[in-house]
Amino acid sequence: MRSDEIRNMLLAVAGLGLAALLPLTGNGYYLAIGVTIAMYAALATSWALFSGPTHYISLATGAFFGLGTYVVALGIDHIPYVVLLLIALVAGAVAAGLVGLATLRLSGVYFVIFTLGLAEMVRQVVTWIQNNWSGHRGLYVLTDITEEIIYWELLGVVALVYLVGWWIGRSRLGFALRIIGNDEVVAAHSGINTARSKVLLFMVSGMAASLTGAILAPRWTYIEPTMAFSPLLSFQIVIMALLGGTNRLWGPLVGVIPFTLLWEAISANFPNQTTLLLGVCFLLIVYAIPHGIVGRIEALARALKERGA
Amino acid sequence: MDILVTGLLLGGTYALIAMGLNLQYGVARIMNLANGEMLVAGAFAAFWFFTAGQVSPLLSIFLVAPLTFALNWIIYRYLLLPLVKRAKNRGQLEVDSILATFGLSFVFVGIMMAVFGGDYFTYSYLAEPFVIMGDIYALNRIVAFIMAVTICGLLYLWLGKTRTGMAVRAVSVNPEAAGLVGIDVLKMSAFAFALGGAVTAVGGSLISTFLTMDASIGVIFTMKALIIVIMGGVGEVRGTIVAALILGLAETWVASVIDPGLTLAAAYLMFILVLLFRPQGLFGRQSS
Amino acid sequence: MRRRTALKMAAAAALIGSFAIGTAEAAQTIKIGAVAPKTGPLAGGSTVTHWPNIELWAAQVNARGGIKLKDGMAKVEIVEYDDQTNPGETIKAVQRLATQDKVDFIIAPYGTGLNLAAAPIFAKYGYPHIAVSAITDQIPELSKRFPNMFFTLGSTSAFAQSVADILSKMNKDGKMGNKVAMVNVADAFGIELAAAARPIFEKAGLEIVYDKSYPLGTQDLSPVVKGAKATKPDAFVAWSYPPDTFGLTKQSIIQDLDVKAFYTAVATCFPAYGGAFGKAIEGNLGAGGVNPDSSEFMAYQKAHKETTGKDADFWASATTYASLQILEQAIVSVGAPDRKAVIDHLKKGTFKTVLGDIKFNKNNNNEKFWTVGQWQNGVFQGVASTGRPGAKEVQLKAGWK
Repeated sequence: MRSDEIRNMLLAVAGLGLAALLPLTGNGYYLAIGVTIAMYAALATSWALFSGPTHYISLATGAFFGLGTYVVALGIDHIPYVVLLLIALVAGAVAAGLVGLATLRLSGVYFVIFTLGLAEMVRQVVTWIQNNWSGHRGLYVLTDITEEIIYWELLGVVALVYLVGWWIGRSRLGFALRIIGNDEVVAAHSGINTARSKVLLFMVSGMAASLTGAILAPRWTYIEPTMAFSPLLSFQIVIMALLGGTNRLWGPLVGVIPFTLLWEAISANFPNQTTLLLGVCFLLIVYAIPHGIVGRIEALARALKERGA
Repeated sequence: MDILVTGLLLGGTYALIAMGLNLQYGVARIMNLANGEMLVAGAFAAFWFFTAGQVSPLLSIFLVAPLTFALNWIIYRYLLLPLVKRAKNRGQLEVDSILATFGLSFVFVGIMMAVFGGDYFTYSYLAEPFVIMGDIYALNRIVAFIMAVTICGLLYLWLGKTRTGMAVRAVSVNPEAAGLVGIDVLKMSAFAFALGGAVTAVGGSLISTFLTMDASIGVIFTMKALIIVIMGGVGEVRGTIVAALILGLAETWVASVIDPGLTLAAAYLMFILVLLFRPQGLFGRQSS
Repeated sequence: MRRRTALKMAAAAALIGSFAIGTAEAAQTIKIGAVAPKTGPLAGGSTVTHWPNIELWAAQVNARGGIKLKDGMAKVEIVEYDDQTNPGETIKAVQRLATQDKVDFIIAPYGTGLNLAAAPIFAKYGYPHIAVSAITDQIPELSKRFPNMFFTLGSTSAFAQSVADILSKMNKDGKMGNKVAMVNVADAFGIELAAAARPIFEKAGLEIVYDKSYPLGTQDLSPVVKGAKATKPDAFVAWSYPPDTFGLTKQSIIQDLDVKAFYTAVATCFPAYGGAFGKAIEGNLGAGGVNPDSSEFMAYQKAHKETTGKDADFWASATTYASLQILEQAIVSVGAPDRKAVIDHLKKGTFKTVLGDIKFNKNNNNEKFWTVGQWQNGVFQGVASTGRPGAKEVQLKAGWK
C-alpha cells in the first residue's frame, strides 16, 4: 500500500472510532441525529459506488431499503435477528441483480424513471403479499435492540461500504469502471465486460441499502409500507451524494453531514414552514454548489497549491 | 366492454396528468419533479372557484391556463434558465433539473400549505351517472376524457401544423440543429415549459371534479406522469396518449379481472417490460 | 463606585429582584411538546383531527389563567414540530423535545406508526404517552413494553367486531341478508382491519362474497365498486383511508350500489364528508362516533368552531381533546408537573371528559370507546360502542337519493 493510502486508512479508522464514541455522551438527541447521519452515510456512499463511476442516477434505494425492512418485519417472530440481516443482504443482492440485468440497455433518464417505478412496484407487491398472506398481526417489530446498538450496527455498515469501495478502487473492477464512466464505447472495445461490471456494482449498492433497511426496522417498532418504501428517501440520498460529490469515496459523507444538520436546523426552528424552507435550501444548493462540495474543496486546494508554488 | 370504456376513461385522466410533463421534458429538457404540485395547484384553483363562486371548472380553466402559463414561464426564465446555460451536456442538465425541481416541489407544497392548509378538499361536479351501452359511468370522468381528447388533439395539430409548433418539435428532436436553422431554442423551450405547466394545471382542474386531494398529494401524480412520459417515448405527443390509454386499460383490466390490489404492480410491470423491449419508449426515437 | 450609590443600587436590585421572583411565581409555564404531520400523507387527517384540538385546549387553558398547580397557576406553552409523516423525523423531534427543549410533557403523535416509533423514547425519558390515533390489537404487549403508554381509541378487533355485530343483528332481525362485500386499502391500517375482520365476520354468520384490496392512492375505484356490485351483496364494508373513503362513496353513488348497510372507515366522521355529499350519505356507517347530543360534546363543538374556525370531526377530534383534558386533570391532581406522579395518577384515576368518564384498565387501556357511527339526519351519531351511553338505533341504508 502506498503511504497516502495508509494515511487515508488510518484517518478512516480514527474517524469511525471517534464516531463510535457518540453514544457515550448519553445525549439521546445527538444519538438520534447520529443514527440519521450514519444511515444516510451508508446509503449515500453505497449509492455513489454505483452511480458515481457509471453516471447512472438510481432511484431504487427506497426499494431495497424497504425490502430489508420488510424482511425483518415479516420474520422477526420466527427467525433470529442476525439471520434476518443475512437474509436481507441476500434479498438485496438478488433483487439488485435482477434489476441490474434488466436495465443494461437503458440509458440516462430512462434508467432513472425505471428505478423510480421499480420502488413503487416492489412496494405494491410486498403490500399485496402482506395483505393476502401475512395474517392479522400487522408488522410489529418488538425487540430489545436499543438506539445505541442500531447506531453501532450502522457504523459497521458504513465501515463495510468503505472497505468494499476501497477494495473496488484498487481492483480491476474499479479500473474498468473508471473507463466505463469516461467512455463506455472505448471500454467495450477494450474487452471490458461493461454489463457485468455495472450489475456487480448495482448489487453492492442494493445489498447495502437492504441491510440498512433491515437494521432500521426495530427502530420504528411498527412498519407501514408507505414509510418503509418512501420515495422521498431515494431522492434525499441522490441529493446528498451529489451535494458531496461522487468522485471520491468520502464525497457523499461530506454531503450527508451538512445536509442532515441543515434539515435538522430547519425542522427544529421552523415547524410551520419546514417543507417550504427545505425546498428553498435545495434550490440554493443546486445553484451554488454545482459540482458537489468535494469539487469545491479540491478546486480550492488546487488554487491554494498553485498560489503557493 | 365495461372494462374497455372504464379503461379509456382512466387513460384520459392519465393523459391529462402526463401531457404537460411531456412538453416540459421533451422540449425544454427539464425533468420537472414539481409537475404534480402544479397539478394540485390547478385542482385547488378549480375547487376555490367552484366553492367560492359557483364557477364551473370547465369555465375556470380559461382563467387557470393563462395564469399558470405565466407562472411556469417565470419559473423557467428565472429558476431553470441559469441551469440550462450552465449545463455542459444533457446529462448534467437532467441531474440539475431533477434536483432543482425537487426543491421546487417542496417550495410549492409549502406555499399551498400556507395558503390552503393541509386539509383534504373535494367537491361534487357532474357526479352523476351516465349510461353507455347499459353500463354506468361517472359523467365528470366522461367530460374529463372529452377534454383530454380535445386538449391532446389541439396540441397534436398545433405541433404538426403551425410554425411555432414545428419549431417546438424541432427543438425537441435536436436542439443544436434547431438553433442552426434560426430557431431561438431558449425561447421555444421557455414557451414549451410554460405551455406544459398550463396543460398540467388545466388537467388538475378537470380531475379535481372527481378526485379528493390535499396539498401533499402531488408526488403521486408526478410519479405516474413520469412513468407515462417515459413509457410513451419522450417528446412524442402520440406516445404519451397511447401510453396513458394503455396504462388505463391495463390497470382497469387487472382491477376487474385479477385483483385491484395489483393494479399498480401490473402497471409498473408493463412499464418495465416496454422499456426492456423498446428502451426508447413506445414511440421514441433511438436515443443518442 | 461610591458606597452610597452602591447601596442604592443594591437596594434597587433587591427590590427588582423581589418583583422578579414574585412575577416569576405568577408566570410559571408548563412547556408541552407536540409533534405530528403538517405535511406528507397523513397531514390531511392530522389537520382535521389533531392540531386544532391542541390549539383549542391550549387557548382555553390559558384563558382560564393556566393549569392549577399547588403553588399557583401555570400557563401552557406548546412547542410544535412537523414530522412530515416520517417516523425518523418523529423520533428526532421527540428526542429534541425531551433533551433540548426539555419540555414537561409531550402530546402523543398522530397515527399508529408514528406513535409506536416514538413510544420507546417516551418510555425512556418517563413521559406519559396518552395515545389517541393508535389503534392496535397488541395493547397488552405494548403496554408491558412501554409502561407509560395509554390507549384511548380502541383496538383493531373491537372495531371489526362492532361492524360484525351490527350486520349480523340486522340479518337475524330479518332486515337484510348476510352477504358482505369487503374491501380494504392496502396500507397498514386497512390490512390489519381486514385481517381481523375475516374470522370475526365468519363467526358472526356473515358470508364475505367479495374480498379485495386496492393500493393507496388509486385514482379509479370504479372497478372495485363494480366488482363488489356484481356479487350482489347485502352490505358493503370498506376499511378505507380518507381519499378512498370519499372515492368509494362517490363511485357507489354513481353506480347506485344497492346495499342495506354501507361502511367506510376513516374520514366518514369528517364534517367534510357530510358536507360533500349531503343527503346521499344518509345512513352511511363509519368508524368511530360520539354522542352528539351530550351537553359536553355540544359545548366542545361550539368552542372548537369558534376558536379554530374548523368543525370538529365526530370521532377522534373529541378523543384527542379528551386526552388533553385527561393530562390536565392528572397534572392538577398531582399539583405539579411531576411526570412520574402524573403517570401513576393516570393509571388509577377517573377523568371527566367530553366523551364522558374515562378510566384506564390494568393494560393502560380505555375500554369504553365508540366503534361505529352512522349519518342520521345530517349528524354522525354514535351507534355502537364498547360501553359508552347514548348509542342510537342503527338504520338501514335506503338508497343514495
